[in-house]
Amino acid sequence: MKPFTTLTGIVAPLEALNVDTDQIIPKQFLKRIERTGYEDFLFFDWRFKPDGSPDPDFEMNAPRYLGASILLTKDNFGCGSSREHAPWALENYGFRCILAPSYADIFFNNCFNNGMLPIVLPANVIEQLFQEVRNQEGYSLTVDLPAQTITKPDGSTIAFEVDPFKKECLLNGWDQIGLTLRHEDKITAFEKTRG
Amino acid sequence: MAKNIYEKIWEAHVVHEEPGQDSILYIDRHYVHEVTSPQAFEGLRLAGRKVRRPDLTFATMDHNIPTTDRSKPIEDPMSAQQVETLKANCAEAGVACFDMRDRRNGIVHVIGPELGLTQPGQTIVCGDSHTSTHGAFGALAFGIGTSEVEHVLATQTLLQKKSKTMEIRVNGALPHGITAKDIILAIIGKIGTAGGTGYVIEYTGDAIRSLSMEGRMTVCNMSIEAGARAGLISPDEKTFEYLKGREYLNGKSHDALAKQWATWASDAGCAYDRVVELDASEIEPQVTWGTSPGMVTGVTRTTPVLAEIGDGNTRHAAEKALKYMDLAEGVPIQKITINKMFFGSCTNGRIEDIRAAAKVVKGYKVSPSVEQALVVPGSQQVKLQAEAEGLDKVFKEAGFEWREAGCSMCLAMNADILQPGDRCASTSNRNFEGRQGKGGRTHLVSPAMAVAAAIKGHFVDIRDWKYN
Ligand code: SF4
Repeated sequence: MKPFTTLTGIVAPLEALNVDTDQIIPKQFLKRIERTGYEDFLFFDWRFKPDGSPDPDFEMNAPRYLGASILLTKDNFGCGSSREHAPWALENYGFRCILAPSYADIFFNNCFNNGMLPIVLPANVIEQLFQEVRNQEGYSLTVDLPAQTITKPDGSTIAFEVDPFKKECLLNGWDQIGLTLRHEDKITAFEKTRG
Repeated sequence: MAKNIYEKIWEAHVVHEEPGQDSILYIDRHYVHEVTSPQAFEGLRLAGRKVRRPDLTFATMDHNIPTTDRSKPIEDPMSAQQVETLKANCAEAGVACFDMRDRRNGIVHVIGPELGLTQPGQTIVCGDSHTSTHGAFGALAFGIGTSEVEHVLATQTLLQKKSKTMEIRVNGALPHGITAKDIILAIIGKIGTAGGTGYVIEYTGDAIRSLSMEGRMTVCNMSIEAGARAGLISPDEKTFEYLKGREYLNGKSHDALAKQWATWASDAGCAYDRVVELDASEIEPQVTWGTSPGMVTGVTRTTPVLAEIGDGNTRHAAEKALKYMDLAEGVPIQKITINKMFFGSCTNGRIEDIRAAAKVVKGYKVSPSVEQALVVPGSQQVKLQAEAEGLDKVFKEAGFEWREAGCSMCLAMNADILQPGDRCASTSNRNFEGRQGKGGRTHLVSPAMAVAAAIKGHFVDIRDWKYN
């Protein structure tokens, strides 16, 4: 897994509640057996018109948000299906960090398992960021995981919480299977007790 | 100290814990399907790892497979490749795989209980969010991502943090015409699609106890639509009776098993982090009007009036949903017409669902304004049972299509798909934009409400139905 330490990047807004993983990546792209190459399918039904050209009504398609690596969105992001294709598509497209007031549980875990950092911020802070992103072209933020801060263009900072174990895994890019297998003797012992 | 069922199962499965780290939790059953597993098996291979417990891992194919003639090959080359990949991965690892021509094949959450694989007190995971279904048996069951599927394949454990617990108590007797589906939709309408986030829910109360095992599965199935990690119901005599003689329990003493299973039920006087109460007598038949399962109301009500919604974000979401659904504000639910119907899925594709729907259908015909009405059993065994009872004939005579088992139009990964602008009454669990096909509009309802809508061409109050 790619470690995550600090990230400076353009912020793209996605103003919708309850964005489900069917929207993040529609089912027709779940038939692939690969783990990469999902960038062109991200938000497919919103991003593209039926003729395949980018839909200018989809805010993120604006040239000013090209190359964004931080996604700003609303409550309950990533609800619905457990498909890990959703974080894959976001990551393949270039997002490594998400800012929202809340996330769906499985999606939240899936992000960490792909070297991505989903950050929970209070709703009023998110609202404020939406305004600032729209008011200032090229708006970018610096996310510092070790310090648990987000620095705005004006130099002010926002502190955020992150689970200490997940933070350590992200910082080191640890393979969780490897971590667990350090305790393989305990797993074997546990299995013995159950016959 | 009195413990709830979640605490009991959790404690019995912790392999290792250290302060400041996620606990290592042992997994008793790992269900696998074709869509979320290929990358996990590939990951194992790349790391030179093996499946630790092929004997605790069970695979089926359900999402991609056609519901038409199974003797023919799968037409879509990508679906075929995914199915073939699963078969090859299982063969290599020594994992049991219920191929689409196997009599045990079906939707993963239908066959687990049906085969007796799912049992009280177990931990069960699958790369599929509706794994919560198995909680109906008093098992801790939840969906995981593909990285976690790989983790379970390699270690038979999962890294987990203990969840908070929520009791949802549904008091009183269930009124006539109200089903498990209406209960869970009403719960989601009440607590919201993120209301259960961070929690494991235990459903309790007289109305829940009165449900059959299949009804309980319907309730637990949609726990994920309430945002919960898992939903479960303490096991009782009904649970034990359902499991008696099931294929994977054969040869074991039922009484001994039942005695052990009974110990998992929540202790009297146990505590929860949050308690929510509902009164069953207030639940109406439910119909969703929007693009999230929480956008739901009673069949005698209307679509929302935007000016009456106080919160700006909620109003904006409702406005967007009405637009996508092509519905005006304040429209009576029973005035909404449909042109498609889908009956099936892991929520409502079991034999009792089919029986209940067949009772409604008997002696009626599908409305001429309904272009397609699909009935898709949840498993091959469900299909064979229904056919043995002659229920397939009831549907066919009425103009419904009777299909092979699978996920089908629940997520429309196979050829069963809505066209843009179609409006569908569906017994499944998700009404997201495009879920059943791009531009398709889904209304979630109970089995009886779905077939009644197919017969009348619009939603009706099933409590007034004239049965033949
Ligand atoms: S029936 Fe629908 S919800 Fe259930 S497993 Fe299949 S696709 Fe998922």
